[in-house]
Amino acid sequence: MDLSNLTIAEARRALDAREYSALDLTNAYLESIAEKDIDIHAYLEVWADAARAEARAADAMIAAGTSQPLTGIPIAIKDNILIEGRVASSASHILEHYTASYDATAIAKLKAQGAVFLGRTNMDEFAMGSSTENSAFGPTKNPHDTARIPGGSSGGSAAAVAACMALAALGSDTGGSIRQPAAHTGLVGLKPTYGAVSRFGLMPMGSSLDQIGPLARTVGDARILFDVLKGNDPKDSTSLPDTEAQSPTPKTVGVPRDFLAEGVDADVLQMFEAALDTLRAAGYAVRDISMPHLPHSLAVYYIVCPAEVSTNLARYDGIRYGLSVPADSIGEVYTKTRGAGFGPEVRRRILLGTFVLSSGYADAYYRKARAVRDVIRNDFARAFESVDAIALPTTASPAFKFGEKSDPLAMYAEDIFSVPANLAGVPAISVPSGTVEREGKKLPVGFQLIGAHGSEETLFKIGEQVEKA
Amino acid sequence: MSDGKVDIGALARLARIEVAPEELARLEKEIPGILRFIETIQSVDTSSTSMPKGLRNVMRADEAPHESGAHTEKLLSAAPMREGDRIAVKQVISRKKK
Repeated sequence: MDLSNLTIAEARRALDAREYSALDLTNAYLESIAEKDIDIHAYLEVWADAARAEARAADAMIAAGTSQPLTGIPIAIKDNILIEGRVASSASHILEHYTASYDATAIAKLKAQGAVFLGRTNMDEFAMGSSTENSAFGPTKNPHDTARIPGGSSGGSAAAVAACMALAALGSDTGGSIRQPAAHTGLVGLKPTYGAVSRFGLMPMGSSLDQIGPLARTVGDARILFDVLKGNDPKDSTSLPDTEAQSPTPKTVGVPRDFLAEGVDADVLQMFEAALDTLRAAGYAVRDISMPHLPHSLAVYYIVCPAEVSTNLARYDGIRYGLSVPADSIGEVYTKTRGAGFGPEVRRRILLGTFVLSSGYADAYYRKARAVRDVIRNDFARAFESVDAIALPTTASPAFKFGEKSDPLAMYAEDIFSVPANLAGVPAISVPSGTVEREGKKLPVGFQLIGAHGSEETLFKIGEQVEKA
Repeated sequence: MSDGKVDIGALARLARIEVAPEELARLEKEIPGILRFIETIQSVDTSSTSMPKGLRNVMRADEAPHESGAHTEKLLSAAPMREGDRIAVKQVISRKKK
């Protein structure tokens, strides 16, 4: 079976036409994993036996004529999304042996479809990072060049799909963690509107920013997954009410040109311009827009996110679940467990978050950042009065080499074009738009489209045009 | 605003994290650098911002969402220490041993 160009849509057709069984398909992916993952390390755990059992159940659904869009589709799951009875570690020593006690809503929806769960994928610890180098269990390699990072934090999910070790994958995106790895591995990655997909059962990182979303080979596949994942969930109080499906006809794409003035690699910018030309040729009006506060997004993000991290990760205390380091007093149980269980970047962000929330500093840092976040949100609202979507490169450069960004600020800068969508809560998609060459290797580049709240369908429509080029 | 000096040891105590001396020394250099970067937002005029539109209250019925004890065993089985149907912890108030 040739997995290299397989899509969910094509697999659905072939499965329903009985050209091959769901078990054949799952076995093909398991063989691919057995062959390649030793070099890539996309998976932290593969559930081969359970996956085969799920594939057989999917075959029964297909035989009974009750197949749904994802019945028998082999999917990889990021290690911070809970599946009942399975280890979910967020690639952290503090949860290394933690077994989830319930299903995330996103997982329950996939189970109801009869999807096949291949395994859990590597990530930066607690989703903090842009390279998977912060995983407690070693980094994932980029299938396009194994000397380079696959992006992060959902780097394992991206590498699994890019190396044909899964047909699609779930990731989570707090500041670009789906879109940036998608861009670095040549995939489509969608961060849905804040509240469009339930976060129940997603380990919280930055609760005002986090979203679950798909990584897939095509825009069409991302749409299929999003249509299954979305919807109101009473178990997530930030979940949006269900709305009528829309079929928009987008015409205008805005480019915040000032924001691109410096820092973007020349050939990456060239690929970005080429994608804009594709859209012009398809009949879109492409025009420059002004979003004067976008350059402040990264600084705002690195206040809001650590603040939320420091409060969210207070739950890992060695008392109720996860690692517990024995000590003489309860206070020492906390400090020793957290000191031993968290990696350097997680500790750094917790300390930074503790600082920006501390008495005497909260006004100057956290509250000011909240106010600037509102200003940035207003920039988006004004932009969407005149354009249907905003285009930006997903990243300023292609995938970098392991160890290249050891300075935390250099790593944070990787998120410059992706964090604004999380701050504004709007949906954004990264679509592959060609490659650039580094040291003889062709490395993928991503074209990012950002839409108004609830406008995923607009992003899919425009994204499909870019994809066709 | 920070004056360039941050007491990382005090932050670590507040955050209940044991940090080794060599990491403490590294963080004492890194954190002020990060603060200098994030402090750039001070220049943004935020005098005219208002609450975002479309915010709404989210309520749920004031009733038990499930039968009492339905999840007890599953949740307790994850705890590092337990005594019967309770999570066991180290004594919270204790006298310093001589």
